[in-house]
Amino acid sequence: MTPGPDQLLEMYAAMLRVRLFEERARELYAGGRIPGFIHLSVGQEAVAVGVCAALRRDDYLLSTHRGHGHLIAKGGSLRALMAELYGKASGCCKGKGGSMHIADASVGYLGANGVLAAGCVLAPGVGLSIQMRKTDQVVVAIFGDGAANRGPFHEGVNLAALWRAPAVFVCENNRWASTTAQAVSTAGGSIAQRAAGYGIPGVTVDGNEVLAVVEAVGEAVARARRGEGPSLVEAQTIRWLGHYEGDPQLYRGKDEVAEGRGRDPVGRLRQVLEERNLLDAAHAARIEAAVKGEIDDAVAFAEASPLPDARAAFEDLFAFYPWRD
Amino acid sequence: MATVEYAAALNLALREEMRRDPRVYVIGEDIVLGVPFGVTKGLAEEFGPERVLNAPISEAAIVGSALGAAMTGLRPVVDMHFADFVTCAMDEVANQIAKSRYMFGGQVDCPLVLRMPYGIGKSAGGHHSNSVEGWFINIPGLKICIPSTPRDARGLLKTAIRDPDPVMVFEHRGLYRVVGEVPDEEELIPLGSAEVKRPGSDVTVIATARMVHAALEAAELLAREGISAEVVDPRSLVPLDRETLAGSVAKTHRVVIAEEGPMRGSAGAWLAWVVMEECFDDLDGPIARVAGPNVPIPFSPPLEAACTPDSEAVAAACRQVLK
Ligand SMILES: Cc1ncc(C[n+]2csc(CCOP(=O)(O)OP(=O)(O)O)c2C)c(N)n1
Repeated sequence: MTPGPDQLLEMYAAMLRVRLFEERARELYAGGRIPGFIHLSVGQEAVAVGVCAALRRDDYLLSTHRGHGHLIAKGGSLRALMAELYGKASGCCKGKGGSMHIADASVGYLGANGVLAAGCVLAPGVGLSIQMRKTDQVVVAIFGDGAANRGPFHEGVNLAALWRAPAVFVCENNRWASTTAQAVSTAGGSIAQRAAGYGIPGVTVDGNEVLAVVEAVGEAVARARRGEGPSLVEAQTIRWLGHYEGDPQLYRGKDEVAEGRGRDPVGRLRQVLEERNLLDAAHAARIEAAVKGEIDDAVAFAEASPLPDARAAFEDLFAFYPWRD
Repeated sequence: MATVEYAAALNLALREEMRRDPRVYVIGEDIVLGVPFGVTKGLAEEFGPERVLNAPISEAAIVGSALGAAMTGLRPVVDMHFADFVTCAMDEVANQIAKSRYMFGGQVDCPLVLRMPYGIGKSAGGHHSNSVEGWFINIPGLKICIPSTPRDARGLLKTAIRDPDPVMVFEHRGLYRVVGEVPDEEELIPLGSAEVKRPGSDVTVIATARMVHAALEAAELLAREGISAEVVDPRSLVPLDRETLAGSVAKTHRVVIAEEGPMRGSAGAWLAWVVMEECFDDLDGPIARVAGPNVPIPFSPPLEAACTPDSEAVAAACRQVLK
């Protein structure tokens, strides 16, 4: 899939939105405004934006514990997301979920997940639903390189392949699962190659290059929409920050982050846009100011929103439960 | 006596048992650096990567391989990372580990330990906050201990490692930084030995893990009101020291049972049954229970607080049974 000029500019704004949102979340977390723990995706924006640029608003996304960027790129509300990170009643999950369990069904974002690879087995079911409802939607399940070593990854891919489900499995390979290197935990080395065992296409792309991601995922999505079944895309990227905020990162040297910064996905897209004369400095400044304004607005909204009432802890468990117990 | 943190006491137990018995090894995610709670920190330096196995994120294989190794002569200690993720190895625990010895007519022993960092706190949210010991009470074939202090943690983990059967050790993650005295000499605390953590005469509070601390705080509050609460910590739920519990109830005639997990079908529900069975004639009134509500653990601080049983709740339950 080759995005046109307008879409490229939109993708640039989306990349910036993810980057600046995550950086702001980081500051807010350090300042004690956000409870719990958060996993940020700075440096990995090309995966979130590349995947979502290949999707329609009514397509589905199953995300991970590192999911803010996925939700933003899918078009979710920044206000509702930020308020959720704050634990506010106006958050997308009314404060019940938090960073690791954000969800925004209105844009097909079927949840981040605190349990690794959990989305991989939901994907064939979402695909089955699409088939039975006879729509032409697609579902994407994103998971980390670490998660690819869990059984549900294998079971989910196998079932989706058997059912020719309209599903795309995207491995966001940032080289690390917490303190454990992908290289020492993944037999065979490649995650994309695992697709061969299930008879589906598997490709590896530079996950710092959003155009490469959108092309590979776009092809997989088109295939899925045509009813030709699932694919696996391994996007290789670099996480610039700790596994979680506060991670001392004793397991890796600074050179890796330096390498990541040298291949900054946001900067690379900007360079492409400039080379194609689609963006000049003044335009870029306008985009950045607009995105900053959106984030300021989201923060102000989260700050001004009330915390949930304690009673809300006992709501939402069932859709129907008139009994007392 | 040295004063150490709960996490360090567990680390000490692992070191002592690994030095003593070359069959003991530890396995789990990120355990070489001891992430996230520091319990396994430094073990790799002392015992090497052959006995401190950083595993891929493959819970079913981590737990299942431990059973394979245990059946054939090793003594694995599994670090579950967060107890919540035992769901990803539930067949291995419930069908394989718990049943193998029995189904095979006693031919094989399954001496392995599952270390279960669990519990509520710090807005970890629905997938990292659960008190799941109650699930395992209902699975015959598993021994279960639940230490509340550094001393108990070290003594129980050592016993668990030497035990010929599968033992789960529930370590409340809110206790890892709690400090307490640990004897310099080796100490093994037998399974099935409850301990009176604070003597009293008016009401018995049976509490586990973090709730032992809440109960001790409650006892302080109540003492100022002239109520004398006895705090009893079962320390292991399977086997259960019925005698110590019954001895306390025979003295106080009133019982409060405090736990963190959800109220329905829980460890506390089992304890209430045991008290009823052992002490019916001694009871002067109904048992009161303090437990979490029957909802998943929410993220936002005021919601999480509403789901966290605390010392106030224990004190209130004591006042109620004494009314
Ligand atoms: C089933 C399960 N096991 C363990 C964990 C704890 N944990 C959270 S994130 C993480 C590392 C995940 O690595 P990866 O899948 O590569 O994603 P990344 O964090 O790199 O985005 C671990 C071990 C978990 N959340 N779920």
